[in-house]
Formats: sequence, C-alpha cells, structure tokens
Amino acid sequence: MAVRQVVNFGLSTALATTALVSALPATAQQGPSLEGKTVEYVIPFSESGGSGRWANFFAPQLSETLPGNPTVVVRYRPGAGSTEGANWFQGQQDQGDGTLIFGTSGSTQFPYLLGDPRVRYEYNDWQVVLASGTGGVVYLPPDIAERFDGDADDLKDEFFLYGSQGATTLDLVPLLAFKMLGLQVDPVFGVDGRGGGRLMFERGEANIDYQTSSAYLANVQALVDDGLAVPIFTWGALNDDGEIVRDPTFPDLPSFKEICEATEDCETEGTAWDAWKAFFVSGFAAQKMIYLPKSASQEIVDMYTAALQEAIAAEGFAETAEPVLGIYPQATGNAAKAAHEQATTITPEAKQYVIDWLKEDYNVTLE
Amino acid sequence: MDLLATAVPALGDAFSLILRPSQLMFLVAGVLLGLSIGVLPGLGGIAGLALVLPFMYGMEPVAGLALMVGLVAVIPTSDTFSSVLLGIPGSSASQATVLDGFPLSKQGHAARALSAAFASSLFGGLFGALILTFFILIARPLILSFGLPEMLMITVLGLSMVAILAGRVPLKGVMAAGLGILAGTVGAAPAGGSLRMSTYDIPYLVDGFQLVIVGLAIYAVPEIVSLLRRDRPISNSGKLGDGWAQGIRDWWQHKWLSLRCAVIGVLVGVIPGLGGSVVDWLAYGSAVQTAKDRSKFGQGDIRGVIAPESSNNAKEGGGLVPTLIFGIPGSGSMAIFLGGLALLNMTPGPQMIRTQLDTTYTIVWSLALANVIGAGLCIVLSRWIAKLTTIRFTVLAPYLFMLIAFAAFQSRQSTADLAALLALGVLGILLRRFDFSRPAFLIGFVLSNQTEVFVNQVFQVAGARFRRSMETGWDYLLTPISIGLLIIIVVSIFVGIRASKNIRENIDAPTSGKFAPMLFLGCLTAYVAVATWDAWSVNRLQDKIFPLTIGLVTLASGLVLLVQATRRPATDELFIDLEQGEDGAAASGLWLTLGWFLGLLVLTSLFGLVIALVAFLLPFFRLRGSFGWWRSLLATAGGVAFILMLASVLGRDFPPGLLQRFVDLPWPLT
Repeated sequence: MAVRQVVNFGLSTALATTALVSALPATAQQGPSLEGKTVEYVIPFSESGGSGRWANFFAPQLSETLPGNPTVVVRYRPGAGSTEGANWFQGQQDQGDGTLIFGTSGSTQFPYLLGDPRVRYEYNDWQVVLASGTGGVVYLPPDIAERFDGDADDLKDEFFLYGSQGATTLDLVPLLAFKMLGLQVDPVFGVDGRGGGRLMFERGEANIDYQTSSAYLANVQALVDDGLAVPIFTWGALNDDGEIVRDPTFPDLPSFKEICEATEDCETEGTAWDAWKAFFVSGFAAQKMIYLPKSASQEIVDMYTAALQEAIAAEGFAETAEPVLGIYPQATGNAAKAAHEQATTITPEAKQYVIDWLKEDYNVTLE
Repeated sequence: MDLLATAVPALGDAFSLILRPSQLMFLVAGVLLGLSIGVLPGLGGIAGLALVLPFMYGMEPVAGLALMVGLVAVIPTSDTFSSVLLGIPGSSASQATVLDGFPLSKQGHAARALSAAFASSLFGGLFGALILTFFILIARPLILSFGLPEMLMITVLGLSMVAILAGRVPLKGVMAAGLGILAGTVGAAPAGGSLRMSTYDIPYLVDGFQLVIVGLAIYAVPEIVSLLRRDRPISNSGKLGDGWAQGIRDWWQHKWLSLRCAVIGVLVGVIPGLGGSVVDWLAYGSAVQTAKDRSKFGQGDIRGVIAPESSNNAKEGGGLVPTLIFGIPGSGSMAIFLGGLALLNMTPGPQMIRTQLDTTYTIVWSLALANVIGAGLCIVLSRWIAKLTTIRFTVLAPYLFMLIAFAAFQSRQSTADLAALLALGVLGILLRRFDFSRPAFLIGFVLSNQTEVFVNQVFQVAGARFRRSMETGWDYLLTPISIGLLIIIVVSIFVGIRASKNIRENIDAPTSGKFAPMLFLGCLTAYVAVATWDAWSVNRLQDKIFPLTIGLVTLASGLVLLVQATRRPATDELFIDLEQGEDGAAASGLWLTLGWFLGLLVLTSLFGLVIALVAFLLPFFRLRGSFGWWRSLLATAGGVAFILMLASVLGRDFPPGLLQRFVDLPWPLT
C-alpha cells in the first residue's frame, strides 16, 4: 500500500520527490518487479533425482518471464525424506517479497497426509502457484498378462513379487491399488529407485512393476516392443472436474478406475477408494508444486502466476518439457489451487485406513 | 568378432565425443585439480570428488564425466611427490611407495624415483583403461544373469576383504569393520523405516551418515591433524636430485614386474570394497616375494617404487568395472563418483552399458587421456611442484580445514554436518592412534546398506520361490555365478589372511602401557553393546536382523579382545599406541591441535562459517604459523576470498550459526 501512495504523490509532484521515487523499483506503477534481485528456489531434495531436474528446468524460464528478470538459483535442502526442508520453509513464512519459492513433491505431501511426527509444516499456510503432474503404467510379464482380460479376477491366485522403495514412499499408491484389486503381492522393500524395481522385473525376480510415464517411455517401451513386458493399465489422470480419466499420454490403456470397476470386490467409492485417490493425486496427478510463503501479497502471487503462464505458453515449451515433465498439463492459477487442495487433504477415515493397513500388512508404523 | 563389431564403432564415437575442445578442457581441468589434490598429503579421491560434485548438475554428461574421471585418474600419479619427497603418503594409494621412494630421495635420487614412478603410473593407467574396455564388452551379455543372489555375493566378496585389511591383530580388523557396518545402519532402515540408534528428535540422524562426511572424517581429518602437529615444511630443500633418464630405463628394465603389478591393480580395483589403501601394499608384497635379491628393499630399491605405482593407477580402471556395470561402488571414491553420475542423469548398470555404450566409452578414453596428460604434466611441472612441498604444512592446514568444512556442509546443508565431521573425525584419529584398520571401517560403512538390502531381498525372493517348490528355490540361489563367487570369497579370505602381513597402515608399532588402548577398546565395545541392544528393541524383523547380527559378532570380538588385553603383556601388538611413537614426539599436542578445529566449528555454530573463518584463520596464522600481522591478514583474506568465490560460483550458502537466527545478514553471512 505504501508503495502506491508514494507513487501517486510522486506523479503529481514529480520534482520534489524524485529522490524518493528513484529509491523504488522502476516499474512500480505496473506492479512489483524483481529487478536486480535473486530468487531462491528451494527444494527439499538433493541435486540428483526428479525434483532437482524439475526445479532446474523451471528456474531459467522463471528468470526470463518474471518482471525485472531476477537471477533464479535453485537451492537444495535435503534431509529426512524432504520434511527437513519443508519444516525450514515453514519457518520462512515472513519472506513474502517474491524472493523465495519452495518446490515440493509427493514425498513431501505423503508424510503430511499420514501425520508423520517429523512434519512441522502446514500446507494450508502456503500459496500455490504451479502444480505439475505425472502418471504411471503397470506392466506384467507376457505369460501372466495372458490371463488379464480387463479385470484382475483371473490373477488372484498368482503370487506376485514387486520391487519397492518402501511402503510410505510413492509406492504406497501401487501397493494399495494391488490390494484393492485383490492381488497377492509381496513387496521386496529397499529397492534403489524405480529403476531397481524394473531391473528386478527384467531379471525375472519380480513379476509385476510400474514406472512413471517418462521412465516407462524411456526404458520399458523397448521391452514391450520385444515382447518381454505387457502394459495392463495406467493410474489415469485428473480432468478439470477432479475426476480420474484415461492418461492422455497412453489413451489406449485403461485407467486403474476402469479396472477396479470391472474387478470383483474392488469398489470405486468408499474409504479405500478415497484413500487411494488422495494418495494418487498427491503422488502423481499433482506431484510437484511451487509455493510462495504465507505473507506474499496477492500482487506477488499474480506476478508468479503470470510468469509461469507465459513460460508454459511459450513456443517450444512442450518439446523442451517433454523429456523432463512428460506431456501433462502444468496447472497454474485456480487449477493449481484445486490440485493443491486435492493433493493435501484426506478424510480422517481414509487416513486411519491407510495407517492401519500399513501396520497390519507391512508392520510399518510412523511413531 | 561380434563383440568387436559393437565395440570398435562405439569406441570411435566415444573418441570423437571426448576430443571436442570443450570436453578436453574439462578433462584438463579435472586433471589439474586431481594433480593438486594428489600432491596435498591427506587428501585423495573422496575429498577431490566431494569438491567437484556440486558443479555436476546440468553439465553435459561427457564433460562431467571427463572432469570426474580426469580428477580420479591422476591422483595416484601426483601423490607420488609427497611420498617420495617427504616420506608422507600423498594419498592412501601411495603408502608403500614411501618405503623405497623416500630413501632414494634422501640419497639424492628423487628424480630417478619420480620418473620411474610416473612411467609406471602411465603404464598402469593405460593398462587399466584397456582392461575396462574389454570388461564392459564381456559383461554386456552376462549382465542380466546377475540377480540379487549374485549381487549379494559380490558385496560379501567386498566385505571379505576385511581379512586382508585387518592389520596386525585380526580381531581388531573385524571390530573396525563391524563398527563401520553399524555406523552404516544408523538411521531409518531401508526396508521398513524403523529407527536405529536415532530418534525423530534429531532428524539429522534419521537419514544416517553421509559417505562424504565419513570419508573425510576417517581419512582426511586424522592425516591433516597428524601432519599439522609435526609443523614441518613438507620437504626441506625442494631439490630433485638426478636420474630422470635412469628412472625411465629402470622402468623398462622391470617392465614385467610393472605389468604384473598392473594386473594386481586391476583385479583389486574390480573387487568392490578394496581400494587404494590395499593395492599398493599387495603390489609391493608381490615384488618383494618374487625378488631374488631382497636386501635393498626398504633402503631405496627402485622396484619398490615401480611396483606400487604401476598398480595404483591401474586400479582406477578396475574400480570402474563394478561401478559402471552393477552400480556397486568399487571403493569409497567410486561411491561418490556414482553420486556424480546420478547428477549427470546417468544410471550406471545394465541399461547404461546396453544403450549408452558410446558415453560409457568416453569414460575409458577420459581415463587413458587423463593418465597421459597427468604423467606428462607431472614431469614437466615437477620442478615447481617440488618447490610447493617446501611450504610449511602449518600454512596449508587451515585452508584444508576450510575446504573440508565447506565440502562436508554441502552434503546436507546443515550445521550438524560439521558436528558429525568433528565427532567422526575424533573417531578416525583414535582408530589411527590405536591401530584399528580404517580401510576396514570404511569398507564396512560403504557396503553396509547394500549388504542389508540384498540380504533382505534375497531372503524374500528366495522365500517366494521355495514356496512354489524346493527346486525353483535352489535354482534361484545356486547359479554357477553365485557358486563361483562363493568359492572366490572363501579363497580370498584365506589368501587375505596370509597376505595381510604385507600390509602396514602404520609402519612403526610403538606400545607403552595398557591404560589408553584398553580405555578406547572399552568405549568401542560399550557403544557396540548399546547399538546391539538398540537393534534388539526394533520390533520389525526385517529392520532388526541385520544390525543385530553384526552387532553380536562385533560385540563378541570386542569382548574377546578385552579378555586378551587383560592377559597379554603391555608390549603386545594389541596395545599399539602411536602417541608413544613419532606422533607423540611431535611439536604440538593432539588435543590442542584438534582444539583449533573444534574452535572453528564452535565459532561456526555461533556466528556462521564466514565470520568464524576470519576469527579462526587470523589467530591461527599469527600463533601457529608465527606470521607477522600483515602476512596473517593477507593469508586470511586470501583464504576467505577463495571460499567466497567458490561458493558464489556454485550458488551455495555457508553454514549459519546462532547469530543468523536473530539477525538477518546479507549473503555470504546468511
């Protein structure tokens, strides 16, 4: 407010207040500018891994489209499965001048949803400006896939082994899906990344696996072409109304929702479904989000929204983005808010259902 | 023939990739950095890679690879300088070179020793690159037959190397390795996330210790502290003496010895877990064993230089084999190299070798070229590098501390990184002082997580197969490869125990009194007891079984050692205490010297690293370095300016302290 008053006054009595005005950002009349400033784009992960790639993809674009062309640097605050960095960001809520943004991932959302004791951050304090999604494809060895005919009923007597990173990681989504389909899946925990799970599948040690879309296209498509793997369904994608539809990257593959509907004892409503959907949105459909601190003014939020929209609409964005982000919509503005809402809320019953299931099936607790 | 048909074009492609000027520039940059790090005593591959790791993101893969490989490849070339000129190993890979290289230098033949060493290094490095080329080809079709049981066997093979590294008292080696493994299990379990020796109240511990910090603390900190205490110029004259041509002739005369040692180097490199700290001793031992006239060894026999130097460069080529093919690190520095590959968006393993053969082969070329450039530069620059060694170590040490603190902080960006560095550094110093094998500790640490994960996974997968039928279960476990590996493991334990007498991490073995060694042993045993009890109290079976088993074994060896300690005389090797030898005679006390470093860390936790550095460097140069005020100021300003430049180029923050919590300060003070 103070800015506008001084500027109005300065416009009418220009001479007298030259000194005052020149101390202000040059483009103050058209909104805030970050000229000469450095924006810190903090992610709670290390350089390696998907979030690092994602942040380093957006950082230079933001630098170009934000007013005043600030320097945008990516800073890494890894630790405690990303909760350490998120706790840190929670302590920076008064830095709302647009020089601090925070990038989260499914690994940040999951502990929040599950009530992990390490979580001292509150998503509802933060202001979302971007939500990036992804998807995933489930595939089987050809001999087992023969028995798959659009539902999982004929697979229920098979013993499945699945290479998993851990029950509270993004693998929560596939594990819960397998359980809902009534499949007997033994997860082999402690696998190093999804790539490790794929290798176990390739060696014949695991006989069910999933990969995120970009990893599927890069590494599994070749196996499918050679007849060594058969994709059976995708997790799906969210449409604008928040409903699960077929994944636009794989329109020929049914979504998990379709399979679940066709399979006996699998319900697409009720507590289990609500739980699965909450974690699916949080881990895939709205996996990575950019936040501003609580104290950022509406002007600053609008500035970021406009800058991101400009970057996403830019010519050639789709091509450069595809290897990093896949072909999924990048949500801004109200769409981002809706995604944020869905990715960070869960009903108490659904939450309890997941906690009980983790304890019962895998003896995993969050004390 | 089919192999050649794939290999030759890929090698050609890789060659053209690496020969682009920008890539060459990165390679040369890596070589220069590696040479400087090799020259500095106490710093090796782990410290070097930790410093360049932050640069990696966003680099072109070939450029990043060239930088890292260039750095790693030449450290065993230039570390010869301090081994020969000062009698201090430049890195752990040149410990054996000291035995004959230093006497040669004292007799005025430093140049002869150096040129023979560079010729051997060059040959060994090229040989290693050649072998790596073929290994990658041979492994390609076999790779998918390496399942979890085979990977477990490879990891256990690495662990079995503790036998050879155990040192004078085998049980102490077991104890050190057990401690390393237990240190690796601290934090959330890989399978079920149960906490071990940690609580959610200290989030830092939940993630476990980072390799960069453990590596720096266990190796670099003790060496630097020990050198700093002696307060000597690294070398007295900086003169090289005569014999350049003679050295090359020596190498040619002993070319078969050089070849044999290069083979040893490659083999040692291929076995995960064995790194630089053993390879030189094995080569030296082999040279001594097969020599007809052994009388000159230890007094300046040129074969004692050629043997370790041929092997230590060759081991880098070998070490890349398990790293690239299976993603199992061949050594501590290879584990960090793996982290660098991840930053370059490359995942080592079958996929990379199948689909990115040309990129993979740029590693081979980088290795070969780096060795050529490195050896060339060493010869050309040797006169000036030798001058560098006349600088007093006291002047270098604070800069090394500064770099180590900065590199350690990059691992988690937490002030707790520095606390962990100091705490583990003290452990490293004491392990060294009481002659517990530090390589065994590090092997245990590096392979701890993988062993636990593989054991659990093999158990689960095999269990599922056995439920189907006994036959499919055994078929899964007992493949020809895993049986072959099992045999190699058994053989290597026997051979290892026999060969271990050639490996002397500390050359003297002074003893005096039982009290200090027994106190330390008692503390270690007490920690192991607590860790074992803690593992017992974990209620998830998969998360408990591994640390519990290791804990019990380590506890047993600790107790046996304690019983032995009460019975044996105080002059027994059990009671080695380096403080009673050369270390104790040094100019400054151990705790006082460590106190300086502690001071730096305490100041950092109060005021942040930048302010702390000024408050640390200035009095250090004035008091310990006996500089005048102006020189102290200049030296301080130079050091701080360098680290500021490094941080700004990397876009890094410095560790903040208590002050920063209350006052907002501009970068770099934040």
